[in-house]
Amino acid sequence: MNYRKKETTIVVSQEMISEGIYDLRVKTPAAEVCVPGQFVGIFPPSDAHILMRPISICEADADGQILRMVYRIAGEGTKEISKLKAGEEVKLLSVLGNGFPLDAAKDKKVAVFGGGIGIPPMLYTSRMLNGTAKETEIYLGYRNNDTFLATEFEPFGTLNIVSEDGSVGYKGNVLDAIKERDFRPDVMYACGPMPMLRAIKQYAESIGAIAYISLEERMACGVGACLGCVCKTVNKDAHSHVNNTRICTEGPVFDAREVEI
Amino acid sequence: MDTKVTIAGVELKNSVMTASGTFGSGMEYSDFVDLNRLGAIVTKGVANVPWSGNPTPRVTETPSGMLNAIGLQNPGIDVFIERDLEFLKQFNTPVIVNVCGHTVEEYLEVVERLADTNAAMLEINVSCPNVKQGAIAFGQKTEALFDITKRIKEIARQPIIMKLSPNVTDIAEMAKAAEAAGADAISLINTITGMKIDINRRKFVLANKTGGLSGPAIRPVAVRMVYQCAQAVKIPIIGMGGIATYEDALEFIMAGATAVSVGAVNFANPYATVEIVEGIEKYLKDTKTESLKELIGCVG
Repeated sequence: MNYRKKETTIVVSQEMISEGIYDLRVKTPAAEVCVPGQFVGIFPPSDAHILMRPISICEADADGQILRMVYRIAGEGTKEISKLKAGEEVKLLSVLGNGFPLDAAKDKKVAVFGGGIGIPPMLYTSRMLNGTAKETEIYLGYRNNDTFLATEFEPFGTLNIVSEDGSVGYKGNVLDAIKERDFRPDVMYACGPMPMLRAIKQYAESIGAIAYISLEERMACGVGACLGCVCKTVNKDAHSHVNNTRICTEGPVFDAREVEI
Repeated sequence: MDTKVTIAGVELKNSVMTASGTFGSGMEYSDFVDLNRLGAIVTKGVANVPWSGNPTPRVTETPSGMLNAIGLQNPGIDVFIERDLEFLKQFNTPVIVNVCGHTVEEYLEVVERLADTNAAMLEINVSCPNVKQGAIAFGQKTEALFDITKRIKEIARQPIIMKLSPNVTDIAEMAKAAEAAGADAISLINTITGMKIDINRRKFVLANKTGGLSGPAIRPVAVRMVYQCAQAVKIPIIGMGGIATYEDALEFIMAGATAVSVGAVNFANPYATVEIVEGIEKYLKDTKTESLKELIGCVG
């Protein structure tokens, strides 16, 4: 369903769930039509910020029409957004991007990876994968024992917490953990920092699995017009035929085999 | 109430166009606005062959504006004619094709290929600051601008709009050179060259180091330059630079622009173009102005 609009929504709630990380919920019918892996553009309230901030959808409550975004303050724009209170208006450009192909998980062994601020979209993804896959293991990578959102993943698969400093769960990164467990998935879904996505792309190739990875880049329009947010691709891209595809439109989720990262 | 204007014999139902590079070929924004409501659609720059553009990051926000260094990524003229111009045929809105190149010959090749198409006018991009070779090199010296304008004019079947760069000492001299070489109209301003540095990473924000500044931040500069050009030449002017509302558009028109282009603001408000069309209509009605033409250059 094509739901493409700039809309004024009302903030249902917002709270800080970890240092510099905020959980924003807004009321919008977009929650009925979006899919995991898609994102919205959130406009900072002040006019001095002209561009939206692309933020992944962490959860969507279709019945309550509530869209949930969990994001990190990265600059002045997100700082402004973090100050929004329940009842206030916020403008969204929604719904953007393609989303994870969930059908690929049907009756397969699945691994879900989230790293840092790439964890939020994997919550919605894990919930929607639940019941589709034959077996699901979830790997969440954190810096330390500040494991925001982790408990919410518990119903959706075998949860493996990983921390860089070893203060909780497996020590190291999500790849270290999956190798240690010797879990060999058929399909992987991932969002996180670029080094993690690169490692997942390589790991998938080495074990013959398919990996769907969600990329990010600085964006302007969010709808495929400006060509600001491109990623190098193996084949000619659909728009310009120059191996530079639009993350906002053809992505943000790609089959890892198609992109050069 | 008459909103119509004419540029080089091409009648536009109103003065509001899109700015090249901010609106694709209209496809991406047809989800938001009825393209039939626009005065003209100006498409993203197209070259003789596909261009890959610059590495990322290509865009970043700045106060009331943004910097971009896309580097004119485009599919080349063949795909553009087959796909983009074909798509635009369904709308009753003139299409202005923005043409770019590294050399005069490359511009000429694109202009020739467009001869028998539905392009109503051609806008010649001699002012993109983000391409190392060509582009802006033709738009910063009067002799080079005169030469490329004349050579394109010799072969072009459609009227030619020369898109001027603000990165010059005297914009009026550039406008005069374009007019003297036979340009049918001029459009201005392209983006202003800028730079942003990330002090935490101690690096340039844009991979290209520099980028073109656009958005409301540049509007007063653009209005001033449109006024200066309007004083210097008789050919029509298409004004642009940070237009976000109908009030902004009217500033450009009163400074001497026959039409205006809406650019970066499409990203902030995808409905901006049609809102500006409607705002101008309301202004004409409220102020009992019979024709928009009365406002062109009315400040003197």
